[in-house]
Amino acid sequence: MLDKLHLLGFGEGGWGAALLGAALMTLVLSLLGFLLGAVFGSLGAAGRLSKNRLPRALAAGYSTIFRGVPDLLTIYLFYYGGSIALTALANLFGATGFVGLPALATGVMAIGVVSGAYQAEVYRGAYLAVERGQFDASKALALSRYQSLLLVVLPQLIRHAIPGLGNVWQLVLKDSALISVIGLVELMRQSQIGAGSTREPFLFYIAAAVLYFIIAGLTDLTFRAAEARSWRGIAR
Amino acid sequence: MIDFRFFLEIIPQLLAGLPLTLELAGTSILLGLVLALALALAQQGGNPLAVWPIRLFVAIFRGTPLLVQIFLIYYGLGQFRPFLKEIGLWWLFREPYWCAILALTLNTGAYGSEILRGAIRNVPRGLPEAASALGMSRLLTLRFIVLPLALRAAIPAYGNEVILMVKGTSLASIITLMEVTGIAQGLISQSYRAIEVFVAAGAIYLVLNFTIVRALHALEIRLTPYRSR
Repeated sequence: MLDKLHLLGFGEGGWGAALLGAALMTLVLSLLGFLLGAVFGSLGAAGRLSKNRLPRALAAGYSTIFRGVPDLLTIYLFYYGGSIALTALANLFGATGFVGLPALATGVMAIGVVSGAYQAEVYRGAYLAVERGQFDASKALALSRYQSLLLVVLPQLIRHAIPGLGNVWQLVLKDSALISVIGLVELMRQSQIGAGSTREPFLFYIAAAVLYFIIAGLTDLTFRAAEARSWRGIAR
Repeated sequence: MIDFRFFLEIIPQLLAGLPLTLELAGTSILLGLVLALALALAQQGGNPLAVWPIRLFVAIFRGTPLLVQIFLIYYGLGQFRPFLKEIGLWWLFREPYWCAILALTLNTGAYGSEILRGAIRNVPRGLPEAASALGMSRLLTLRFIVLPLALRAAIPAYGNEVILMVKGTSLASIITLMEVTGIAQGLISQSYRAIEVFVAAGAIYLVLNFTIVRALHALEIRLTPYRSR
């Protein structure tokens, strides 16, 4: 086993650079998916907190469906569904044949929708954790609804959201491995390719596990630092 | 636009995968619970020789994707075929079914042990102290005081873990096991009707998960009669 370690190196026949590049792709994919999820999540939380019944029902449905259905199924929905829609659109404009959606875009979309469902719950909880008095105080200062949300509520909401967002991020990072099934060459897919062409699956999947573990650990430290920073100046 | 005949056609096909989904989820959740309980209890004494290896195991299985774990067990260990044959374990690592169950069990065991460890820690300290004042041994205290309270308190968090496991069984389709998601993928790539298949397969999972949530909630209420209104 140890005599095969050069396969993971950076010399000739080494897969080190390819694996690190793929790890970077995993990071980019997860980050973009997480950010898109923040958009969907905010919309979902706003819907859940709305006074009107329709947005409440839509947001509850969104959150329930994408948290209750396997992520792999959602990925297939966007992979095949996106391509089918794009093909129909392209045919409308005179193109013929099948048009595939870029794998990265599909992956970001799928991760965004799934993580948005989880993030909606985090933002909703964080909004409700902001003290009532803060809303009253901003009203007393005659701040508009928009001003009060932007200047008073959001900065405090983020403080309560960070731990939950850290959990969602860990979920996103591990989910990103599933995007390998639609052919995006991220860390999981790259290790499959390496395992296949060297016939050393054990070595390559261990390498992938180690890289995922490192990314998860380092990003977790970042979230912890952000959490500590967000509470600076507040007596607890 | 909505073609009900298509739904009537695919739903029985998807349901044919449900027994496998249930089998994978049920087996790994039960075995995982046993593992989780063992890991949580082994850490109670605070013996560093028990605590550190378990912490490492838990960190590894929580810090890496389930798919990597499945591939490592199915493809990775398959590389050591002569050795596995020698120790008589090849039958296990040869079958994608057992590899999926093993990966799911280890994964949920790691997550579950943290849930149970937290629940045991949250049992009010005075209770085991009172038990020992009554002359109960550590084992008796565990059996009659700590575990009943801890296991009850762990139900909501463990319920989330159970749902994650049900969803996790879908990954078994990547190593050729045709459970609900695997069948769904086959149907989509044949019919190119992604939305309809997603709706039908998704509904199966939602009903399944909803049933589990209700059942666990009922169990929780039944086990905490003193708190029910």
